[in-house]
Amino acid sequence: MAKKVALLQGNEACAYGALYAGCSFFGGYPITPSTEVAEVMSKELPKTGGKFIQMEDEIAAMASILGASLTGAKALTASSGPGISLKQELIGYACIAEIPCVIVNVMRGGPSTGMPTGPSQSDVMQAKWGTHGDHPAIALAPASCQEIFSETVRAFNLAEIYRMPVQVLLDEINGHMRERIEFPEPGDLEVVDRQQATVSPADYKPFDDSQGDIPPLASFGSEYRYHVTGLNKAADGFPTSKPELVDAEQRRQLRKIEANRAAIEKNEEYLIDDAEVIVVAYGTISRSARYAVDVLRKEGIKAGLFRPITLWPFPEQRMAELAGQAKAIVVPEMNLGQLILEVERVTRRVCPIEGIGRVDGEPITPAQIVAKVKEVL
Amino acid sequence: MAFDYEQYLRPGKLPHIWCPGCGHGIVMKGLLRAIDTCGLEKNNTAIVSGIGCASRLPGYVDFNTLHTAHGRAAAFATGIKMAKPEMDVLVVGGDGDGVAIGGNHFIHACRRNIDMTYVLLNNYIYGMTGGQFSPCTPTWAKASTTPYGNPDPIFDVPKLAIGAGATFVARTTAFHATQIDKLIAAGLRHKGMAVIEVLDDCPTAYGRRNKFRSVVDMMKRLKEIAVPVKAAAHMTPEQLEGKVLTGILHQEERPEYCEQYQQVIARAQGA
Repeated sequence: MAKKVALLQGNEACAYGALYAGCSFFGGYPITPSTEVAEVMSKELPKTGGKFIQMEDEIAAMASILGASLTGAKALTASSGPGISLKQELIGYACIAEIPCVIVNVMRGGPSTGMPTGPSQSDVMQAKWGTHGDHPAIALAPASCQEIFSETVRAFNLAEIYRMPVQVLLDEINGHMRERIEFPEPGDLEVVDRQQATVSPADYKPFDDSQGDIPPLASFGSEYRYHVTGLNKAADGFPTSKPELVDAEQRRQLRKIEANRAAIEKNEEYLIDDAEVIVVAYGTISRSARYAVDVLRKEGIKAGLFRPITLWPFPEQRMAELAGQAKAIVVPEMNLGQLILEVERVTRRVCPIEGIGRVDGEPITPAQIVAKVKEVL
Repeated sequence: MAFDYEQYLRPGKLPHIWCPGCGHGIVMKGLLRAIDTCGLEKNNTAIVSGIGCASRLPGYVDFNTLHTAHGRAAAFATGIKMAKPEMDVLVVGGDGDGVAIGGNHFIHACRRNIDMTYVLLNNYIYGMTGGQFSPCTPTWAKASTTPYGNPDPIFDVPKLAIGAGATFVARTTAFHATQIDKLIAAGLRHKGMAVIEVLDDCPTAYGRRNKFRSVVDMMKRLKEIAVPVKAAAHMTPEQLEGKVLTGILHQEERPEYCEQYQQVIARAQGA
């Protein structure tokens, strides 16, 4: 049977991906260029018995999805620049209290109000380091509308599996761009539901790591009762300042990601095997990069594209391997040099690495990338 | 027979962090009596707080408890209630938490008239951080950040709640211990946003700076300033100078938010 197809904006595809994943709660606040996510959710969620709420501010939107998630709901919020800055307080809360949720950031120019309708990729480092304290981070950067749908589904899966907030990084271009999308049928894409507690209510501890680094999260309103706090806590969820317990907890939270990199990382490689120049690009700009690689190949230049879809954790090992075969690496991104810092760090600069930064509200063009590759060779 | 508080207290979590003479324990006991009176089920009840001395209360009591970030309790609680309307949701917290950093969440929870019960313990000060002035610190009172006296006017919490749309608003004090549970119980029974302000004492961070020689003096003050709302009807403005009204200050029926959203669901599903 032919799949259902539609012409959708990226933001709309994101919302439908969330619904496919089983999202039943959206808490939001209006902000350009993310608002279509909220608009679709406000229309579609009540049809499924889910809940949409427009909160009084960005912080409240983030708080509402954490409250909802604690009752067992798969919960989503969407925002951009200034809104994401405001949400950082409670993204940190989600990290320490280990509450699954998905945060969509349709990146726009900044800092501050910046360029609300201009595309940007300047929140890459914020997605990793935005909230205070050491904490794990997962951030996904899809490039097309179809991929926005499927990566949003994956974001929910990762949030539930690793019991933490997951960010989906779109930008004003792929958030608003319309493309043909085929709706996956139920079962086409994996959907992971939250691991349920199996111990008796009397024995349940929300952060009990005796069975592994990711303890099951019981739902409020079930037969399990427990305490949640933003303070450093012991396995039973109650605050502690015992150095050995605090240290163990913080290290466990980072280990959730470090020990599972292979399962979380996802990259696309295009004409990479014999590539002498590797373009590292993500999100919308990876599309310019792919076009540029084709142009360069036609001219006999061995160019290839490495496209991290998972930005955090950064694909350190694969990037380092690729650097070993390359004569040069070019990193185009709509910021003044963010992911390039990771590329430089993990490759130990074994070859020349050049960035192309653009923050004028216009996308990086294939011609810019072609010119830079020729310059570095 | 004496009320059995221990049935609602988590074993091993006492002693609490509150100072000798602090009224928060009186309020916690009133809260537990009210919960008992209304027959709330432990598994079906969520108690949410923000940050501060009063916000440590949920850690001691045996329910679904959520100690959130500073000021954010009402917004977390809104998420819980919306996602699972069958749960009984309470918020507890202090004055700075509730109406300074959490002021926006507070007024919007009132506006929505979402069915939750918010017990605001107003001890006039930021106690946990050592006594800085809050939006409820009386004008010209002393705090660690008002060494020359507090130039700020105060928020009248019940007026704020009524103005913002809460449909049940009451006030009492930590001195009036037997009224605390009655008002909280009435708030729990009320369908919609119920706000109960309990005027409280902080001997450590407020009393010492403001010439209260003892906790007893602070309690006497709470006793003296409280005027039941019915008695106030027969008093002149001069007689009411410096007094606060206690009891149920406002109650009305208005559509509750989660029920309103059920209508959204019905409309979306074409009913």
